[in-house]
Amino acid sequence: MTKWVVKGLRAGIKSTRYPDAMEGAPGASPGRPAPTRLDDERSAARLRDLCPTAAIAPTEAGVSILHERCVHCFRCLRGDAPAVVRWERDYEWAALERTAEDARRRLGRAFGRSLHIRFLDAGACGACMSEASQLNNPYYNIHRLGFFITPTPRDADILLVAGPLTDAMRLPLCKTFEAMPEPKRVVAIGACALTGGVFGPSFASAGGVGEFLPVDVVVPGCPPPPLAILHGLLVAVERKPPAPEARAGAMTGNQAKESFR
Amino acid sequence: MVEERAGPAWSLDYIFHGPERGDWVHVRIQQAIDDRTVPSVSDIVHAADWHERETEDLFGLLFDGHPRLGEFVLHEDWPEGTNPMRKSFDARQRLEPRTDAHWEPPTVVEAPGVFAMPVGPVFSDFAEAAHFLLETVGEDVITAIPRFFYKYRGVEKIAEGQAPRDALLLAERFSGTAAFAHGLAFCQAVETIAGVEPPPRARMLRSLLAELERLRHHAAAIKGLCKSTALAVATSQAALIEEDLLRLSGVAVGHRYLFGALEPGGLALDIADASCRELAEEGQAILARLAELERMLEYTSSFLDRLEEVGIIGRRDAEDYGLVGPMARASGVPWDMRKTAPYAAYGALDLDAPTEAEGDGYARLRVLFREARASAAMIRQAADSLPAGPVSTPVAPRPGAALGVTEAPLGAAFHWLRIDARGLVERYRLTSPSFINWHGFHLATENFAFQDFPIILASLGLSNAECDR
Repeated sequence: MTKWVVKGLRAGIKSTRYPDAMEGAPGASPGRPAPTRLDDERSAARLRDLCPTAAIAPTEAGVSILHERCVHCFRCLRGDAPAVVRWERDYEWAALERTAEDARRRLGRAFGRSLHIRFLDAGACGACMSEASQLNNPYYNIHRLGFFITPTPRDADILLVAGPLTDAMRLPLCKTFEAMPEPKRVVAIGACALTGGVFGPSFASAGGVGEFLPVDVVVPGCPPPPLAILHGLLVAVERKPPAPEARAGAMTGNQAKESFR
Repeated sequence: MVEERAGPAWSLDYIFHGPERGDWVHVRIQQAIDDRTVPSVSDIVHAADWHERETEDLFGLLFDGHPRLGEFVLHEDWPEGTNPMRKSFDARQRLEPRTDAHWEPPTVVEAPGVFAMPVGPVFSDFAEAAHFLLETVGEDVITAIPRFFYKYRGVEKIAEGQAPRDALLLAERFSGTAAFAHGLAFCQAVETIAGVEPPPRARMLRSLLAELERLRHHAAAIKGLCKSTALAVATSQAALIEEDLLRLSGVAVGHRYLFGALEPGGLALDIADASCRELAEEGQAILARLAELERMLEYTSSFLDRLEEVGIIGRRDAEDYGLVGPMARASGVPWDMRKTAPYAAYGALDLDAPTEAEGDGYARLRVLFREARASAAMIRQAADSLPAGPVSTPVAPRPGAALGVTEAPLGAAFHWLRIDARGLVERYRLTSPSFINWHGFHLATENFAFQDFPIILASLGLSNAECDR
């Protein structure tokens, strides 16, 4: 067993400095479309038509993005200029749901450094779960923040849910939530859990878990990268502010495309 | 494969594929739409068992002679007589679940002292939704009865009426950890129907990205196996490798799971030659770390004790169940779609599809390591021999049907697609490696110790998202 201890020590410290400093490793986040200033209406309309999930809405100054609908198909980025969207390389995507604005729905400070999380698969494709499971790898290492994944809802403060909520998972989801002691919060991750994504609503699944559970924090993305999920957990315990409201940015799509390449 | 055709008639397509010489046999039978009884073939071809059960649920056809039809895909709370794949069924309707339905795990074993252990659908720390009933009288598991389709999203039904490039979003996203392989099978079906072949550069890049996905998938599977045996440092090291490969994918195409890289007719983006060579270099560096991990695991007896001679699937069983992918290759079945039905640029790459004979957990681990090595080698070969030229060719919609086949990380993936006169998806059926292999999962778990169950599960590494669709 000594060899494993030596191996572990020799690997050194790999953990990200986030949330104390921003993580800039290439490939850690896929980025996402951002509100873009466009000079002509036709480009905005073209962007809207490119989007298969109606995540792009033309505004007076360009286009705004409904992040919870975006499934990362990249069509709005790979279109022809000038109808190209600005692309953000960040990952602090988590937003508060209306239910969480109520002060009584907040977790107290006591949970800030001891938070137990139960993950639940409500019909997810596997990518959200894979990204959530990365939180335990040495790069993200959520233990250093006092966050722990727990196998039982009885110990859980947070229910971390992915998937569009298939009909067959409705009852297990509600039972799991009921089994959690108060105070408890729900963090929904991924486009499916927020809006149904490419799957729902349909005959087999709901349009997100919000139809059946009071969701406190939403983390958009398809899938959200580990850092975005981590941001969601930090938002849930008020250690990080939620993502600012989406506003039309200063950079044009073409500049963004250059910076992306 | 079942379709409803104009006439009106049932059209049942049986597509058989043998591992030995790569032969295909396609049998089509037709019968009147109100004749809902079909003779079962599962007593001759055991692998057809689950296909018939699924068809009974989704289409309402009865297979005469099948011993166990009934609740399979659709659980007890679906309204009686619901057959979602029928043309008359509206995919947008919201069904009210039955409230009078009640389900209890079925027990089989009757013996003094027997107890049944239900597991799921919510269990472990990160586990997909699935239910297992394990029956035991002490140490050994006597029966292991799975209950799946908690994650049934009706992907094939939702795709109907969509344009192929929109249905591609579903093909990529129904099983996100094997998105590229499934997206590729779908694109190949579209291209075959249209009579179009993607340009050589696109085909080579497709092989490169498919192998990158396989490498990442196998690193994750190795991590899962280390985790199931509570080997903390090995788990961490494998997890670092997995994350590095995710980042490498993110740098290559912009998405960590390769979503959005494909389009019918080729690729949605080009990757520069220099970037491909860098990627191949990185792949080799990562492989060296994986090889070191393998060497260390080989000399860790506490780890090997949990894998060797545990969860054995014999070659005969593997063939009878038609198992695919690394799970079959670990039992000595040399079945690999990249070899028997070459696609993309696999005809031009040196392909090593390793097999092991023992069929136990350790054999499956060795197959994962050897395939990871082969994938990294193919990535390098592809990066060094990239043809110049465009990465996409236009695809004009044409009505017709075709089968797209790829070797996904977990095994053979079959996407059957029919395009109608409007150029939209009329019928989409897919058979995934996890669906095929879960059928044989009980072979590995029964008669082995209760505490080995999570390790056996990890050594199979199957996906429920991929199975349930």
